[in-house]
Amino acid sequence: MNNSQSLNFIIGITALLVCVASTFISGRSQKFRHLRWPLVALSLLFLYNLIFKPTFFALEITDDGYLYGSLIDILNHSSKIALLATGMTLVIATGGVDISVGSIMAISGAVAATVIVSPYSSLILAVVLALLVSTFAGLWNGILVAACGIQPMVATLVLMVAGRGIAQLITDGTIITFHHPAFNAIGNGHLLGLPVPAWLAATIFLIALALTRTTSLGLFIETVGNNRTAARYAGIAARKIVWITYVFSGFCAGIAGLVVCSNIKCADANHAGLYLELDAILATVIGGTSMTGGRFYLSGSILGAILIQALSTVMYANDVNPAVIAVPKAILVIAVCLLQSDRFRSRIMALPVFRKFGGEPC
Amino acid sequence: MDILRTTGISKSFGEVQALKDVDFSLEAGEIHALMGENGAGKSTLVKIITGVYQPTNGSIWFDGADRRLNSPQEAEQIGISTVYQEVNLLPDLSVTENICLGREPRKFGFIDWKAAKERARKALAKLEVDIDVSANLASYSIAIQQLVAIARSLDVECKLLILDEPTSSLDENETHQLFQIMRHLRDQGLAIIFITHFLDQVYEVCDRITILRDGCKVGTFRACDLPRVEMVSKMIGKSKEEIDSMGHRAPSSSEQALGPVILKAENLESRGVVGPLNFELHAGSQVGLAGLLGSGRTETANLLFGIASYDAGHLEINGKVANKLTWNPRKAVKARLALIAEDRKLTGVIPDLTVRENIILALQASKGAMNQIPRRQQDQIAEEYIRRLDIKTPSPEQLLKNLSGGNQQKVLIARWLATKPELIILDEPTRGIDIGAKAEIEALTDDLCKAGMSVVFISSELEEIVRDCQRVVVLRDRRQVGELAGTDVTMKNILKMIAG
Amino acid sequence: MLKRLRFPIRYVPFAATVAVFIVAYAIGAISFKNFFTLRVFVNLFHDNAYLGIAAVGTGIVILSGGIDLSVGAVIAFTGMLVAKLTACGINTGLAILIALAVGILFGILQSTLIASFDLPPFLVTLGGMFLARGGSFIINEEALSILKNPVLDFIEDNLQLSLGNGVYLECIEVVYLIVLLCGIVFTQWTPLGRRIYAIGVNEQSALLMGVPVARTKIMAYGIAGFCSALAGIVFTVYLKSGNPLNCIGLEMDAIAAVVIGGILLTGGVGYLLGSLFGVLTLGLIQVLIMFQGNINSWWTRIIIGILVLLFIFMQNLITKLSDKKQ
Repeated sequence: MNNSQSLNFIIGITALLVCVASTFISGRSQKFRHLRWPLVALSLLFLYNLIFKPTFFALEITDDGYLYGSLIDILNHSSKIALLATGMTLVIATGGVDISVGSIMAISGAVAATVIVSPYSSLILAVVLALLVSTFAGLWNGILVAACGIQPMVATLVLMVAGRGIAQLITDGTIITFHHPAFNAIGNGHLLGLPVPAWLAATIFLIALALTRTTSLGLFIETVGNNRTAARYAGIAARKIVWITYVFSGFCAGIAGLVVCSNIKCADANHAGLYLELDAILATVIGGTSMTGGRFYLSGSILGAILIQALSTVMYANDVNPAVIAVPKAILVIAVCLLQSDRFRSRIMALPVFRKFGGEPC
Repeated sequence: MDILRTTGISKSFGEVQALKDVDFSLEAGEIHALMGENGAGKSTLVKIITGVYQPTNGSIWFDGADRRLNSPQEAEQIGISTVYQEVNLLPDLSVTENICLGREPRKFGFIDWKAAKERARKALAKLEVDIDVSANLASYSIAIQQLVAIARSLDVECKLLILDEPTSSLDENETHQLFQIMRHLRDQGLAIIFITHFLDQVYEVCDRITILRDGCKVGTFRACDLPRVEMVSKMIGKSKEEIDSMGHRAPSSSEQALGPVILKAENLESRGVVGPLNFELHAGSQVGLAGLLGSGRTETANLLFGIASYDAGHLEINGKVANKLTWNPRKAVKARLALIAEDRKLTGVIPDLTVRENIILALQASKGAMNQIPRRQQDQIAEEYIRRLDIKTPSPEQLLKNLSGGNQQKVLIARWLATKPELIILDEPTRGIDIGAKAEIEALTDDLCKAGMSVVFISSELEEIVRDCQRVVVLRDRRQVGELAGTDVTMKNILKMIAG
Repeated sequence: MLKRLRFPIRYVPFAATVAVFIVAYAIGAISFKNFFTLRVFVNLFHDNAYLGIAAVGTGIVILSGGIDLSVGAVIAFTGMLVAKLTACGINTGLAILIALAVGILFGILQSTLIASFDLPPFLVTLGGMFLARGGSFIINEEALSILKNPVLDFIEDNLQLSLGNGVYLECIEVVYLIVLLCGIVFTQWTPLGRRIYAIGVNEQSALLMGVPVARTKIMAYGIAGFCSALAGIVFTVYLKSGNPLNCIGLEMDAIAAVVIGGILLTGGVGYLLGSLFGVLTLGLIQVLIMFQGNINSWWTRIIIGILVLLFIFMQNLITKLSDKKQ
């Protein structure tokens, strides 16, 4: 075993130990319980690689001074989903859903790219304008849901369908490619050795955490999602709360759109963020937030995003056709659904094997 | 000839015994009223007869045989149909379909719509209703929808029809039409169980009355043999002698010096719902809203708190007019009003939040989202009220859904006390909680009054109202029928007004 | 009682769908020379037959109050399955039967999960979508073409109906029309079909009225699975190849077609015949933009979005109006 192999092994074992340890800690703590199952899944993934493909854990430091390897890849690529999932979590917590985020990403990228290649090319202008437009898209969703009282899935379907058309309208139907070092850094740059998208996702996560937990927005969102009538009786402006979450979701989608656009150095209205809304919803549900609304777990959603990406990266590393990744993802979706279903849990617990332990399921 | 006999029916949910040893019998060709206040057990009894619940003990005999009913479908098959207050039909489908669904006439395996329409028309004609049966059910009034539901019941061989509060959303004409149909069906030999809160209606249409109280049968009476006052006294479980002997407690000192007017209602009305209402609420006094279930008590509370809007009259709070277009719960909270509503589960409990979060919720809502109460202060408030109201919870971080009903109620009271209201409306605060907790809540409202708060107390327990309130507004059939004050507040006087 | 002759409000969305189609068609006929021809009209069916078949299944699921996101992926999967099986030398007819059975089974599997464990259909069919999409890549990572196939060639060469002027009604549009007709008869004239409407309007009430809710749901998704599989087969015949990347996002087009067809997304309201006009309108928009030449293709999506929005608003308004009457 040469030096680099043993190093991989050490990193792998460390990663696995961290995962397993967090699983145990989260299982015991009241506050982080929801992280338990995703952590178990992540641990299993790492264990598999440790046994069959230790090179998966290879980390290198490039000449430019940043880290490089599959683990970093996971961090880098999961950040798009994490960004979307952060906004999606709040929307789902109010009992809604936003299936337009993928299209909003395309719009955001289109706006940014158009500005970058225009005579008024400027990083700040591109970013600000893209975020303004995507926030406005979120506002539109919010108005349909909160003010017009349209069912969330139906309301956001409109923008989902029309959004890519609007993005193409902005780019005039072409795939705009560009070279703009400062803008490219959003999707490809590194900061303190780690990729910029990961930093962005972390920042948005912290902002969302601060917004919901140092103010009472989080409490109100959970109240609205848990019992809307009671929220009204307690004097909470339920509509406003719902509306804010869609605006925030649009904003997050805007940033994710910038990341993708900058990452591939072009604005592709047809494919940017395609089907990413589904991943974001999946990440949120994996993280322990129920589709029916109520309690939400931002940290769980981030972990869910990482898990989804880890699954893909592991399959890549093991030379599986990327498209087949959909299969384990399907299993993941169904498993998460079943774990969250009261009826399933009570049926499983009624089995003689489990009755012996008398333990609680989740 | 009896068509239904239940013997020794008991039903318990966990530790709560909802029905105790009830014998109930029903004759073919009679309209039989089932009366009782909340928690008396009438809905449990109905649900046992219709197969929704299975009795813990006892047996049901129906139409010549002993029966064990496991589902509403089974009950329907042997001829027991129910029409609920909220019509349980499919509003977006046609009248024909609502009548024929599940037993459509067929031709070569396909639905014969012509025959189906004809059948629907005939079923409705029996009730003397002539409407376009191919129109959507939703396009008709609730009254017609109710008749359609009855028609659906009659379309199967129905021998016993249960009408659960069918008149609560009907106007006078519609009610009379319904009564006519009921009599007509009775004369054809159908047995009808009629549940209503309107006393007038009971006497208008019913042959016999069975009264339940606290899960036990008080008795079955012929309607013509049972005077109103006696019926009400049987429903609330006090004999005439008891009522006569129970006077008012000594007037308290607060009564002599009435505080400033906090709330004033003048001809306040929500058409078709409740009103007109006329009363004033003073600081430091406790006013009771008396009346039977369905008399408009909860509607009044909702009106004052802005849950429902009013469309006539005048509502003034602390001298400021509450605009009828913009008055809503948030404004009410800002004006230092508080409402502990009747349906705890629907309107109050946030089950997945902790006790602490539930307690500070209304206070936080009045401060706005950006102005979060520091966590230390939240803990203090929560602990203070847990101690003061003796809320039994392992910790303030326990989820509210894990607490017992009485403790959930106390948490909701704590939620509103934390906002330091000037006027607090308690709608049936003592319902479904144990006697110890009841006494505590009564003592608490007394204290609140002494501290200068104005309290509106709504309760089916007239005793509680007589004991605690200086003034009582009496409601009957959604109208204010009188106001009693001082030494006039006696059980006897209130009963007289309620019975009308 | 006086019976006034009036247009029932529940036909309004359907009428609007037909009106939109007629207006769009009229615009085309007036603006372009070769537009108002039988060939263009028949092509409309030919090009959208697979979408139409999928929309019939989607429509039935939506009427039952559910949603099916797996449509596009199932189309790709069954297409690949047929291509692979025929490439392996299995009789084409048998391959088609197998593919149909797989589709039905797939739908039943999803709905069993939904009905027996009370799971959200959105997530379960999302899982189904991933599964079917991944599955089609497992069959083959690249497109599989069906080059020489005596059965398909026979169908193509002989099973067509001349409408004159060299315009032929081909097998796939006939299949679509038959499926649509069966769907309409099923939903309007059979007790089983009416149960689908009943659970779509209100599951709880339907249960109280004696409708077996779980079984009805399973049936609805089973039919949708069948339709998706059939659409997959039609699509494969249409392109003479299966591709694991086929029809990505087609479920959204199907949902849009159903909504534009006047079916309420929350279930229980609308007519399957509307989905025909929904599909034709979607196709027509593309044809119009193609004819125009100057207008860019992205307007298709925007116009579809606007149409969806208009129909949602109209449905919302109608719901509110009929609520007020109460």
